[in-house]
Amino acid sequence: MAQTQGAYYVPHGSHWPIVGSFGLLGAVGGAGLWLNEVMVGKPIMAVGIGLLVVMLFGWFGSVIRESLAGYYNKQVDVSFRMGMIWFIFSEVMFFAAFFGALFYARTFSVPWLGGEGHGALTNFYLWPQYSAAWPTNGPQDIGGAFSTMSPWGIPLLNTLLLLSSGVTITIAHHALRTGHRARLLVFLALTVILGAVFLGFQVHEYAEAYEHFNLTLGSGIYGSTFFMLTGFHGLHVTLGAIMLTVMWARCAKGHFTRDNHFAFEAVAWYWHFVDVVWLGLFLFVYVL
Amino acid sequence: MAAVNPAIHDTHHDGHAGHDDKPHGFLHRWLFTTNHKDIGTLYLVFSLTMFFIGGSFAMLIRAELFQPGLQLLQPETFNELTTMHALIMIFGAIMPAFVGLGNWMIPMQIGAPDMALPRMNNWSFWILPFAFLLLIGEIFMPGGGPQGGWTMYPPLSLEGGFNVAFMIFAIHLMGISSIMGAINIIATILNMRAPGMDLLKMPVFVWSWLITAFLLIAVMPVLAGAVTMLLTDKYFGTSFFHAAGGGDPVMYQHIFWFFGHPEVYIMILPAFGIISEIIPTFSRKPIFGYQAMVYAIASIAFLSFIVWAHHMFTVGMPLGGELFFMYATMLIAIPTGVKVFNWLSTMWQGSLTFETPMLFAIAFVILFTIGGFSGVMCAIVPADYQYQDTYFVVAHFHYVLVTGAAFAIMAAAYYWLPKWSGNMYSEKWGKIHFWSSTISVNVLFFPQHFVGLAGMPRRIPDYNVAFADFNMISSIGGFWFGASQLIFVGVIIHCVYFSRQRATAQVWEGAHGLEWTVPSPAPFHTFSTPPVITNDMLAHGDVSH
Ligand code: HEM
Ligand SMILES: [Cu+2]
Repeated sequence: MAQTQGAYYVPHGSHWPIVGSFGLLGAVGGAGLWLNEVMVGKPIMAVGIGLLVVMLFGWFGSVIRESLAGYYNKQVDVSFRMGMIWFIFSEVMFFAAFFGALFYARTFSVPWLGGEGHGALTNFYLWPQYSAAWPTNGPQDIGGAFSTMSPWGIPLLNTLLLLSSGVTITIAHHALRTGHRARLLVFLALTVILGAVFLGFQVHEYAEAYEHFNLTLGSGIYGSTFFMLTGFHGLHVTLGAIMLTVMWARCAKGHFTRDNHFAFEAVAWYWHFVDVVWLGLFLFVYVL
Repeated sequence: MAAVNPAIHDTHHDGHAGHDDKPHGFLHRWLFTTNHKDIGTLYLVFSLTMFFIGGSFAMLIRAELFQPGLQLLQPETFNELTTMHALIMIFGAIMPAFVGLGNWMIPMQIGAPDMALPRMNNWSFWILPFAFLLLIGEIFMPGGGPQGGWTMYPPLSLEGGFNVAFMIFAIHLMGISSIMGAINIIATILNMRAPGMDLLKMPVFVWSWLITAFLLIAVMPVLAGAVTMLLTDKYFGTSFFHAAGGGDPVMYQHIFWFFGHPEVYIMILPAFGIISEIIPTFSRKPIFGYQAMVYAIASIAFLSFIVWAHHMFTVGMPLGGELFFMYATMLIAIPTGVKVFNWLSTMWQGSLTFETPMLFAIAFVILFTIGGFSGVMCAIVPADYQYQDTYFVVAHFHYVLVTGAAFAIMAAAYYWLPKWSGNMYSEKWGKIHFWSSTISVNVLFFPQHFVGLAGMPRRIPDYNVAFADFNMISSIGGFWFGASQLIFVGVIIHCVYFSRQRATAQVWEGAHGLEWTVPSPAPFHTFSTPPVITNDMLAHGDVSH
């Protein structure tokens, strides 16, 4: 049974975590089999991901019920906030690994392959014809000649889209705090739409890259960093947009009050984080 | 001293002890639990199990190395065993043991009713068995388990079959588990302290975990990124670590060790915390230089982010890099030295007694310091050209990890077991376990310094006959150390289920801190209402000056 422990709410036991563990096992176990060309992996992975989705709905569902029932106090709220902040920090560090790979390749490994510094001998013996430049797919032209996307077309547009979505969600948040329901719903919906349009453009850009530019995941280090960075970012935008949609539904149902709407704020933080990552991407992947 | 008055069961109860509402039914109790004590127990039992699985792999390795030549194992199997041994010990034995200790003790030490996010706490644990199911399961898959070493350097690590994807996914799961565990610990410490438990009054163990949790959140995602790049290099045609495509295998090493060095501090900082609790108790003196201890942990954590390339001195780095990483690494010896001297000063003129936890703690101080010294030796770039990838490095990290981290965990187990179980363990058998382990571990690892300095490479199933004697000694020490750990299990089982000697609330005459104010065994729920904290209840007294 759930108990309010003196000042703090300690929730009762829950079967959702173990369901989530089975979901994870199915998802990654299935993916592992699939990657090794054992085809039952695919359905196993699908079941695992399905379980994870069920778990998320179930788990958050019970948290929402408890929250609406008024079990949570200020301290629980602070715990949730800390949880979200540190989760976002861990995401920042995940992206840092890929940005690190990009910087390392650009400042060290590519110039060294071109013969700079202690790379002189590698260059002399293996690839004397290679001169370092960025973008590159390496001395062996892995993936074949390719060209890159101009930053001033779709990427610039996408930057503007995401930045405006940062504004719209702030307006929505403000509306929530001042109790303007209609404005809240409109601007939150606008945020979701901006995110969706961003994703649509991103998909279009990928299609362009593959079809017309011969820029693929296999285009050497440029293709690797380009697609992994923008790809993981796109994944996060997708997640963020889904969470925003859920928030829209919860706003419509009247789950939030002027001063009790942490879920909304958490998603807003996440959205801003995705925004900031994009600015880094735009600068370091596209412009520079 | 031991239990001051074993016969009298403690009568001090906190408000809630009377109506324990432990869930009934095995599944409900353990699978769905949100109780920090039950989850702590799960972590500790899991860790002990992994300790024995990883340990049995080590026994096979030492059996093969008993004599030169190939006796028992195929070279591939040998490589599989060294890889798995390390992964299981690091991610399955040492780290979960500290998380288990943190789960049990942190709420009790800061006067909190439970962890801040109890359901997530459950998930953090319950991911682990599945992660290790995947990891250990690889042994039975086509092509066997991973053989490229726990560091998973490409291109070698990508040569495997099935195991590559599964190893990477297992690491992802462990990472998710660690990150959630760490988030929980930070939220608990920052948000759940009882009124009056100021940050600078917390037990050093709690401080060490706060900083460790920060390290975990900062570097586990980086490891996840590194192995994800391995995955896409292997299966999706990326070129992160292929020179032909403009990447660089050395880049993997940089990313990996950016995680890897903080990781070794993740495995030792909580140990520092444990030792900083035990030594004052059995010296009957408050810890010497409380604030210096806290700041030393923080500076070690900070430095751990800027020393990673000392694992790569021979890989071909620019000279400036070698020098930077050499000096930065050596700097770590300063805060580490502060800690060692403070432990010594705590004991100085104390009225010492030598119960098992204290014995392990003292052995820790001495033997960890040996490991620290060999670490500083490895940090000297020109010297490390000789040591790199030899048994000298193996000796170094086993001194810091076995006689450091693992000894601290055992010390903690003896120290808090009476609080957990309500019973005293057998001091006699505890001491036998201690002496047997301490002597054998030195027989096991000390000779490895010599063969290492003489040039015996690590991760190799066969070796030059010149190294035969020391290897045989080392193997004998290994089997002896392995067997000694059976005593440990015996002592624990006896203590929990059979011991008739009841523990008092305070358990140890010199023990201070909130956890010693609740009865033994600690009731299912403690501090349901925040305790009123007075200075004499603090672990180290009033240290705010
Ligand atoms: C004063 C403190 C320390 C210093 C200066 C230090 C330095 C070093 C250096 C330079 C190496 C690389 C040696 C080589 O590969 O040639 C190394 C390896 C290692 N150290 Fe330490 N270390 C210290 C403490 C620790 C601690 C506390 C731990 C863990 C609890 C640890 C665990 C390891 C491990 C696991 C390796 C080997 C990794 C591998 O190659 O598989 N060290 N250390
Ligand atoms: Cu290191």
